[in-house]
Amino acid sequence: MAILVSKKVTKRFGGLEAVSKVDLEVKEHAIYSIIGPNGAGKTTFFNCVTGFYTPEEGEILLNDRNITGLSPDRVAHLGISRTYQNIRLFKNMTAVENILVGMQPHLKSGVIGAILRDPRTIREEKEAVEEANRLLGYINLKGMGDLLAKNLPYGQQRRLEIGRALASKPKLLLLDEPTAGMNPRETQDMVNFIRRLRDELGITILLIEHQMRVVMSISEQITVLDFGVKIAEGTPSEIQKNPQVVEAYLGRGAASGLSQTPVEG
Amino acid sequence: MKSETSYWVKTVQNGLIGGAIAMLLSLIGIVLAFGKTYIIIGLFSMGQVFVFTPIILESFVSARKAPSKNALTLLLLGGLSGLMGGVVLVVMIALQQVINLRSVLINLSPDLIALLTFKLPLALGLFVLIIAAVVIGVISAAFLLLPARIRGALSQAILTIVILGLFRDLIVTVITHWGFVRYAFLWLFALSGLSIPGVIVVFVVVGGLFYWRLGRKPKPVVKARTIQQQRLIRWGPMAVLGIIGLLLPVILGSYFSEILDNVGIYILMGLGLNIVVGFAGLLDLGYVAFYAIGAYTLGVFTTSEAVGIWHLNFWAATPIALIVAVFAGVILGLPVLRMRGDYLAIVTLGFGEIIRILVLSDWLKPLLGGSEGIQRIAQPSIGSFIFGNQQRLYYLILIGIILAGFISVRLKDSHLGRSWMALREDEDVAQAMGINKVATKLLAFAMGALFSGLGGALFATKIGSVYPQSFSFIVSINILSLIIIGGMGSIPGVFIGGLALVGLPLLLSQFADFRYLIYGAALVAMMLVKPEGLSPEARRRLELHEEIKEVPYEEPASVLKTPGELGGR
Repeated sequence: MAILVSKKVTKRFGGLEAVSKVDLEVKEHAIYSIIGPNGAGKTTFFNCVTGFYTPEEGEILLNDRNITGLSPDRVAHLGISRTYQNIRLFKNMTAVENILVGMQPHLKSGVIGAILRDPRTIREEKEAVEEANRLLGYINLKGMGDLLAKNLPYGQQRRLEIGRALASKPKLLLLDEPTAGMNPRETQDMVNFIRRLRDELGITILLIEHQMRVVMSISEQITVLDFGVKIAEGTPSEIQKNPQVVEAYLGRGAASGLSQTPVEG
Repeated sequence: MKSETSYWVKTVQNGLIGGAIAMLLSLIGIVLAFGKTYIIIGLFSMGQVFVFTPIILESFVSARKAPSKNALTLLLLGGLSGLMGGVVLVVMIALQQVINLRSVLINLSPDLIALLTFKLPLALGLFVLIIAAVVIGVISAAFLLLPARIRGALSQAILTIVILGLFRDLIVTVITHWGFVRYAFLWLFALSGLSIPGVIVVFVVVGGLFYWRLGRKPKPVVKARTIQQQRLIRWGPMAVLGIIGLLLPVILGSYFSEILDNVGIYILMGLGLNIVVGFAGLLDLGYVAFYAIGAYTLGVFTTSEAVGIWHLNFWAATPIALIVAVFAGVILGLPVLRMRGDYLAIVTLGFGEIIRILVLSDWLKPLLGGSEGIQRIAQPSIGSFIFGNQQRLYYLILIGIILAGFISVRLKDSHLGRSWMALREDEDVAQAMGINKVATKLLAFAMGALFSGLGGALFATKIGSVYPQSFSFIVSINILSLIIIGGMGSIPGVFIGGLALVGLPLLLSQFADFRYLIYGAALVAMMLVKPEGLSPEARRRLELHEEIKEVPYEEPASVLKTPGELGGR
């Protein structure tokens, strides 16, 4: 069953079609990757899904529900969460506060509750803090909850950002280049971590990634964008053999020679 | 010994700087203006404090930073620094004898010269001035040679004497209010400054007290505290503060209660703006608008003049004033939701002006009275008890502050507080995390407007009338400065900022024309020394003072560079 369906989604900036008639179908519990050269429209597509941009044409369905044009916070409430290419934590808040903000969709108490601090609010807050600490343990940041996010090392910031996204208990998690700036070892850890998210938490993962080794090893389905247009779709092995893809990445000349060479997965 | 030789040069520099500051203070007239304000009656005036403090400080600094710790060297350095300071002043006076500088520097009067030369004949006076400067320099250097304990006690005693002498008038005003207890204190003071016995007593008592305190050994840390003790530690200071808060107007009398009321209203508004600017990061420069709306609404609904409507009492009209203010807050909030930073500041600034101009307009004159304002605004009363004077009104303001402070604390520690903070940090991401930008921002504006409206209502009933002039742009700026001085986002900071910013100028009325000069200098100095504010929020302190660790950023792995793979990037 498809959790996310994109039908002919088009997003224009002035005369430029950043995303052009993109069709996409992400199956539940899948790890799905979007790849493509720089400027291919991958992040723009993410922004359309999460409600930051309203596509000019087409529609986006989450569990058969049309979410096109909803505001980002509504989309978050419906179960889509994301991370960013350049880490965007709340830098001057502590790690645990970052996670607590992520829990926003599940906190019910309002202004009056906050002022009067009735038993329900106290309980909710206490449970939220416990849950946040548990989550910190899950992303391997135990005991670092009181550090300001900006003072964490790079790899931990990456994980904290994913932790914040997980805090809203999303059905669909959008990861924008989660291994950017990591060395091979850290990258491998991140790949394992993403698999665990899917296997243990049952979250569907949609991923933008540049490192081919990562993409090929982790993805079940891949969509390739180039200049906003979908040029290929399929399993990793299908994508590797696709001459159009190779051409998009390496230019026309290289395509003929390379398309026959098998690529390790 | 090159470094030591160069240090003598440095000392000469320091001394010249001290002299230059003393000269500057003399030339702006502050020295002469305080020539008759005695710290110790007949002996020592505030004017002399202004002249000699820069010289003392520079001599002290010269001696303290000296590379050698040799006692004689230190004294020589202090003396040299003092000499240089004295020389600057002497040159100034001598120059005046040769060419008439007074046409430009109008404060360089014979009176000033007489004051600087100790009312002696010129040549002798100049000589004594130099000697005095050198002696002062040596003494301040000698200060360094004293044991820390004595040094601490001495400096505290001297500081106390200067403060008591300077604020003699205000203190005496308060003391005379204390019934017969006043006789226990009044003899410490003279007609101006402290009396001779007063100085001796203060010196001995304060000096002795600090000597004793500095000598105490730190108590061993108590390891286990019972829950009751913990509660006492937590609530004890609060209770003491509360009692002092309740008794303040009684202790201080009506003059200071007036100041307290003003400070209180500013604190109330500061608490509101702190939510908007400090918590939610929305720079609002038109905050005075809600203050005006609160005040005018109360005025319109309670005035016994013909222009008013309904002629309600204070208690019935205040909720209306608050509702109108909150409504205005939401109205302002809606169009500016998309704006950030500077743009928001400009729009809110405009909003503040719109309200002021509306109030002044002929169109609304039948209702709001135009430039004549609204008079005869009702005073709050319970039964036959009327909150008619400043002391009684204080309690009403206190209740408002406690309420606002309580709500601020609770909201700050709730998930709403976190939402505000998240919006302040990164609006886009906050939204992607499920925070409703519209509702959260409007709530901040509404809370801010609520407290400001309450402040306005209290202000209107305190003055008994409202005029457009009371609601100028400078009020917004003052409240914003109050928050910045106290520490952005910090609730205790609002109180400290309010006392410092609103209370201090009133206390500084001592300084007459120089009050804004001193005030401005103090503000600049404070922002340089403590940019995070006087009572910063713990988080801000971290932001500004914690060493920012380098985030290790490694080059993207080069695993893709082998031929045969599809290269990203």
